[in-house]
Amino acid sequence: MKQEWPLYEVFIRSRSGLSHRHAGSVHAADDEMALTNARDTYTRRKEGVSIWVVRSDKIVASDPEESSAFFEPAEDKIYRHPTFYEIPDEVENL
Amino acid sequence: MSDNLLMAAYASRLGDNALVLGQRMIELVAASPELEEELANANFSLDYIGQARMFYTYAGKCEGVGRDEDDFAFLRPEHEYRNLLLVEQPNGHFGDSTVRQVLFESWYLHLLEALTRCSDEGISEIAARAIKEVRYHLRHSSQWLLRLGDGTEESHRRVQQSLDNLWKFTGEMFSPDDLDDEMRAIFNGPHLEIIEAQWREDVRAIVEQATLKMPDNQWMASGGKQGRHTEHFGYLLAEMQHLQQTYPGATW
Amino acid sequence: MYTQGLDQAGKSDPAKPGPETREQLDAFQTRIDAEEKIEAKDWMPEAYRRTLVRQISQHAHSEIIGMQPEGNWLTRAPSLKRKAILLAKVQDEAGHGLYLYSAAETLGVSRDQMVADLLSGKAKYSSIFNYPTLSWADIGAIGWLVDGAAIMNQIPLCRCSYGPYSRAMIRVCKEESFHQRQGYEIMLTLCGGTAEQKAMAQDALNRFWWPSLMMFGPNDANSTHSAQSMAWKIKRFSNDELRQKFIDVTVPQAEFLGLTVPDDELRYNEETEHYEHSDIDWQEFFDVIAGNGPCNKQRMEKRRKAQDDGAWVREAARVYAEKKAAASAAA
Repeated sequence: MKQEWPLYEVFIRSRSGLSHRHAGSVHAADDEMALTNARDTYTRRKEGVSIWVVRSDKIVASDPEESSAFFEPAEDKIYRHPTFYEIPDEVENL
Repeated sequence: MSDNLLMAAYASRLGDNALVLGQRMIELVAASPELEEELANANFSLDYIGQARMFYTYAGKCEGVGRDEDDFAFLRPEHEYRNLLLVEQPNGHFGDSTVRQVLFESWYLHLLEALTRCSDEGISEIAARAIKEVRYHLRHSSQWLLRLGDGTEESHRRVQQSLDNLWKFTGEMFSPDDLDDEMRAIFNGPHLEIIEAQWREDVRAIVEQATLKMPDNQWMASGGKQGRHTEHFGYLLAEMQHLQQTYPGATW
Repeated sequence: MYTQGLDQAGKSDPAKPGPETREQLDAFQTRIDAEEKIEAKDWMPEAYRRTLVRQISQHAHSEIIGMQPEGNWLTRAPSLKRKAILLAKVQDEAGHGLYLYSAAETLGVSRDQMVADLLSGKAKYSSIFNYPTLSWADIGAIGWLVDGAAIMNQIPLCRCSYGPYSRAMIRVCKEESFHQRQGYEIMLTLCGGTAEQKAMAQDALNRFWWPSLMMFGPNDANSTHSAQSMAWKIKRFSNDELRQKFIDVTVPQAEFLGLTVPDDELRYNEETEHYEHSDIDWQEFFDVIAGNGPCNKQRMEKRRKAQDDGAWVREAARVYAEKKAAASAAA
């Protein structure tokens, strides 16, 4: 069987001021085609003002097997959050 | 012809080009070479049908006898259709339809640009809307011409053949008839000779980049703008108008 | 547009247990029970993966084949407005097929493989698309009944335990919200039109009613791995539950149109507050699934032709991309 076109991941900024967000994926033979395919697939209802596409095989991802080592150490650092600190109600603008 | 009737005739001719091309592209639904292309093709035919509706609605308004978009689309006989022969040509294979799009859209883009500068506000507004769509279509069809021309030996051979076959339908785009002349004189309409020069330059650039050969000058077919069509057109129209013709006066 | 409970008792079972340990399976089930979503790279039982690949790809195939019956009236749509609406709808189906193939690809199966399975006849698609569209009213009936049945089935899939499937379904459901309404609007127009138009509408209902009920799949008693799919939260309601719900909402809609549902035994039971109906002709359903419906062959031939005709085009694009990549690497 002949090779299929590579897979690209599509990220869309829905309006300016917001970040790009993963919308889905498309197959395309080249980058230009990936961009237009993404436009024709994922912005048919005015969903976007900007598109990023990236070859799926170029994405570096964390491994779910290591998720405890990666993410759980952040769990007990509650002092990073503002609610950790007790300030009397009378004090304003803080 | 009054100015209003002149504008009605001109707008309905633009509508004819858009509708007939849109209808041809609709025939390609569920037959595209890849799923993503399916979505693109549907987007473009939706654009063309949308343009046809705007042009026909405007033509009806200028004409002033109460015809709406569907009267233009479904209740006119073949000889009242004034579209270019190029847009009614059958889809053939993907290379044929790609070349048809490139040849038409490179012309249409310049025509619409010129129309945004014409003195009739109604038509220049529609042109300004359509131009954004067509600019994108042309980007898409040109990219495909590059891929096919500079792809495999087979694709190169096929698409060169498509180009040679369809070339004879391009002459009509640049030969002004009375309607073009009056449009230009009264409403500062498009200058087809200038457009021809721009078109030739654009098409040459893309054809050469696609490693294809510009076809030799040859005999040019014409007649679409006068309502004399190729044999293919009667079938397209019969199919499209089927329900309206079978059940006259019904609402759908 | 839709997926269907195509799996029958006694047929090969994608849910049969794999090589996992009891502990792994229990830990997985705990995640599911806690309503956690499973993501592509997470550990999952082989049977969970297989069940999903099978269901999502069937769903995708159904969307793609489902373009054909409606596509059949695109060139003949009776007004430019209807033409544009129908084209937008058929295009959505292509898009939904694309989202679903993408969701299945996250499970490690390629689109090429799925398409090959469809074309070889190995993979199934919803039986409904093997019925012909003979009149414009069929376009109305498909939107109203077929999309109506599809929505019943798809809304719960938005909460499916597999993240990529669930996200694809959320997008699909959002986009499809106009599909059923446009179908019903066509029926309304026809039923308020000439006598010929109303007869057209009734005929469409007559032909599409039973196949629409079959879309929910076999009776619960004859549906194999519903229980496992329910436990894994791939499926949230049984075939019969969804079918009943569909009948209950659809019959009053038919009455509003002034149309007669083609079932002499249809009656409302005040006590259960549900409609009762006659038995479904399951032989017809199994025949159509087995390839013996009115349009099975024609649908597959069209799909194969598109795939074959496009081969040189896809290849040209691939070779062109390679040339450009080589040239820019050399530069």
